[in-house]
Amino acid sequence: MPNKPWLSEGLTEKEYEMIVDLLDRKPTTTELGIFGVMWSEHCSYKNSKLILKNLFTEGECVLQGPGENAGIIDIGDGEAISFKIESHNHPSAVEPFQGAATGVGGIIRDIFTMGARPIANLNSLRFGELNNDKVQYLFKGVVSGISSYGNSIGIPTVGGEVYFSSAYEGNPLVNVMSVGLLKKENIATATAKGEGNSVMVVGAATGRDGIKGASFASDELSEDSKEDRPAVQVGDPFMEKLLLEASLELINTNSLIGIQDMGAAGLTSSSAEMASRGNSGIEIDISKVPTREKNMTSYEIMLSESQERMLIIPKKGKEQVVKDIFNKWDLHAEVIGRVNDDGMLRIFNGEDKVAEISAKILADEAPEYRRETKLPEYIKNVNEINANDIKSEDYNNDLLDLLSSPTIASKKWVYEQYDYMVMTNTVVGPGSDAAVIRIKGKDKALALSTDSNGKYCYLNPRRGAAIAVAEAARNIVCSGGKPLAITDGLNFGNPMNPEIYWQFKNSVEGITKACKKLDTPVIGGNVSFYNESPKGAIYPTPIIGMVGLLDSLKDKTTMHFKNEGDLIYLIGKNVEELGGSEYLELKEGKVDGYVPQLDLNLEKRVQKTVREAIKENIINSAHDCSEGGVAVNLAESCFENNLGVNIKINKEISNKALLFGESQSRIIVSISKELASKLENIAVENCVPYGKIGVVEGTQFKFNNLIKLDVEEMKVKWETAIEKKL
Amino acid sequence: MKAGVVTFPGSNCDADVFHVLKNIFNIDTKMIWYKDKNIKGYDLIVLPGGFSYGDYLRSGAIARFAKVMDPIIDFAEKGGLVLGICNGFQILLESNLLPGAMKVNDNLKFVCKNTVLTVINNKTPFTNQCEKSAAIEMPVAHGEGNYYIDKEGLKELNENNQIILKYKNKKVNPNGSINNIAGICNKERNVFGLMPHPERCSEPLITPGKSDGYNIFSSIISFINKRGGKIAK
Repeated sequence: MPNKPWLSEGLTEKEYEMIVDLLDRKPTTTELGIFGVMWSEHCSYKNSKLILKNLFTEGECVLQGPGENAGIIDIGDGEAISFKIESHNHPSAVEPFQGAATGVGGIIRDIFTMGARPIANLNSLRFGELNNDKVQYLFKGVVSGISSYGNSIGIPTVGGEVYFSSAYEGNPLVNVMSVGLLKKENIATATAKGEGNSVMVVGAATGRDGIKGASFASDELSEDSKEDRPAVQVGDPFMEKLLLEASLELINTNSLIGIQDMGAAGLTSSSAEMASRGNSGIEIDISKVPTREKNMTSYEIMLSESQERMLIIPKKGKEQVVKDIFNKWDLHAEVIGRVNDDGMLRIFNGEDKVAEISAKILADEAPEYRRETKLPEYIKNVNEINANDIKSEDYNNDLLDLLSSPTIASKKWVYEQYDYMVMTNTVVGPGSDAAVIRIKGKDKALALSTDSNGKYCYLNPRRGAAIAVAEAARNIVCSGGKPLAITDGLNFGNPMNPEIYWQFKNSVEGITKACKKLDTPVIGGNVSFYNESPKGAIYPTPIIGMVGLLDSLKDKTTMHFKNEGDLIYLIGKNVEELGGSEYLELKEGKVDGYVPQLDLNLEKRVQKTVREAIKENIINSAHDCSEGGVAVNLAESCFENNLGVNIKINKEISNKALLFGESQSRIIVSISKELASKLENIAVENCVPYGKIGVVEGTQFKFNNLIKLDVEEMKVKWETAIEKKL
Repeated sequence: MKAGVVTFPGSNCDADVFHVLKNIFNIDTKMIWYKDKNIKGYDLIVLPGGFSYGDYLRSGAIARFAKVMDPIIDFAEKGGLVLGICNGFQILLESNLLPGAMKVNDNLKFVCKNTVLTVINNKTPFTNQCEKSAAIEMPVAHGEGNYYIDKEGLKELNENNQIILKYKNKKVNPNGSINNIAGICNKERNVFGLMPHPERCSEPLITPGKSDGYNIFSSIISFINKRGGKIAK
């Protein structure tokens, strides 16, 4: 063994001493490798656990909260939804295609391991500015990786978001969310119980790919990171499609005690975690694991992250059922060990014992750290932004420039590469506020959205994170749904940096506050630290993936204006706020200012107003006000049907804030003249400010006497902006 | 009438076609496993979309060797109706039930969107409920839909009126296919392959909100009901 063997496993000297202490002896090479991945941030959440304990996780609809492969919520009629978001940032930074593809594969496995058939995927992506060759390479590679895996396996990619900012230049974010449907009685768990029960590995054979990926994910990216390419796994969506069908077929036979995906840290984490959950132990003979290559060492087999594999504990005597189903799908299914009752994870290579560690120590007793926090220097220097600080010559050009900035521009170039229709459930696809997916045979549907504004979270992590939750809920409401629950993908820099840890802690507090108020519990998620490149840390980016329910398909609402002559209302209030806006960055190149205020009580009432109006079936469109402000959001509602607007707002605030400010808790709706008084009544009953701001008419976009443009011209710019940059 | 939908390993539109035939049209529909050597009693066989065997080689190139293909070729040669959608079309080309070949899309990217098509021939079992020259809308979702056939073959397709669907014009052609071809049939008119997905637009509820695919299935059903399923030779 080398001098400081813990170093190559990503452990500290102190942690190594803890291990020696817990084992009462020095660990073997294989054991140390096992500790290295199990106690990595990626698997153990050692730097985040204590903070995450404060998340709001309770709710009427919650059937399974954090701690399993994925959470589950109840949607009535004996049906349930399992969903989760997960990051694959580091693999995507060094090998964008495979990194993103295996990110999709990994999260899909988490969902069908719960017994759910995945019915929709979303992805939330962050890249550097598009005018850089390396960024373009990453952007194209990631989109193509997601497209390749998701399309092949036949799960529609129905929504998500893409932001471009220099803060993500060396370290893109690739967060993938998957949503699955299951019957309540088919919920599977990842538990190993019952002494003598068999332990089976099923699916693909084990190879030398992705070894120690979990440790790699728990380190900063550097110039040398490309050397870590072997730590990136290679995806095989075809194999996973077979595994998906076989696993669901098996779960339906009621022959299982437990099933777990082999994701990060492969066989090691799946066996230790399953045993630990069941207060059991597991014994494995790695010589029985089907391998792709000859002469793999026990260390390699235990730490390989080869994709498309599962660990299964069948009920006694059901081994043949497992084999029959997997053989039908031409997949491996081998008994590699048994469950024991002494809590030990024992690894044998034939007769030789190569590791013996308590499963609990590995899975649950990793050290927990509460890292130091410090108010970041830059936050002390955040300035208030006045409209006069922004120089503008012509609002027509400003609007066109905003519409063609890649963050705001149409993401058509991206989503047309995704099959968003397969499974024939997509009622509203990508490009609206939330995707809407029907449940076949029922009148109800799901609304799905992901949201996070990294700039807001950078300038004010607590408020920025709360806004991400509020906006996700607003998107669900605008689509006709009731917000139910969230999954959070928490992306941050190095937690050892007190300023980063401060961002993390405050973001989680913001999420908690908003979730409690909006009654949308967190049912699972993912923490990704060490998102740093030589240029520094990314913006703190807590991504919120939300699931909502439409009680009836007739509630389905889109953001598009539909009828000439409809009145346009703004529900909520315009405030003089330009801090953190896209407009400020576009015009002044600055990310600065006070993040828009968020009054969660008002937010709730605004959402209630629009939800009631949708239930009454009186409004024709609803669109959340977000990046780019009212002018941009109105324009987005014009494009689908090439309808113009004539907007007249009596202003109490500056023109710039009115057009491009990003005040929260605002929703733009359109409604026929005859029904407008009903909408006003609902708003009054809910004590919500509102204003009639204009009318849908013609093919021009007119806003006070400030803007006059042809909708067609705006649309072309907005639709082709990303393609033109490539 | 009885319909069968084949599941190859990697098929992913099999359940979608099944849903339309079974739940929208109330047709007696069965799934057919790719290892089956016997298929009997069917009036229609559908080869659905997807990525059979992962399509890591040329699309459909491995699926054509699946055991089920022998009885399907036999069924087709006897005049049974075979519909190949997307990957199913690719498999029909690979198994020589239809002429020509499929190339990667000309922009080298997967494309998923709604397309406008023209019905070129409505005197077939698959389009008799469509109006001739009508513009219809159906979505595509494929990476290899760039249909190609040599000059002579194209001439033959034209002479025999085997071109059934074309993308409306070059501008809306999503893959660069020759002569904007989107769907063709064999000389006998009982085997039809197309890149667009009629099963994705047989209900107005789901995106893209059109139901022109409905007419493809209702054509087939109407034909089978009238003719008892077999084309007279």
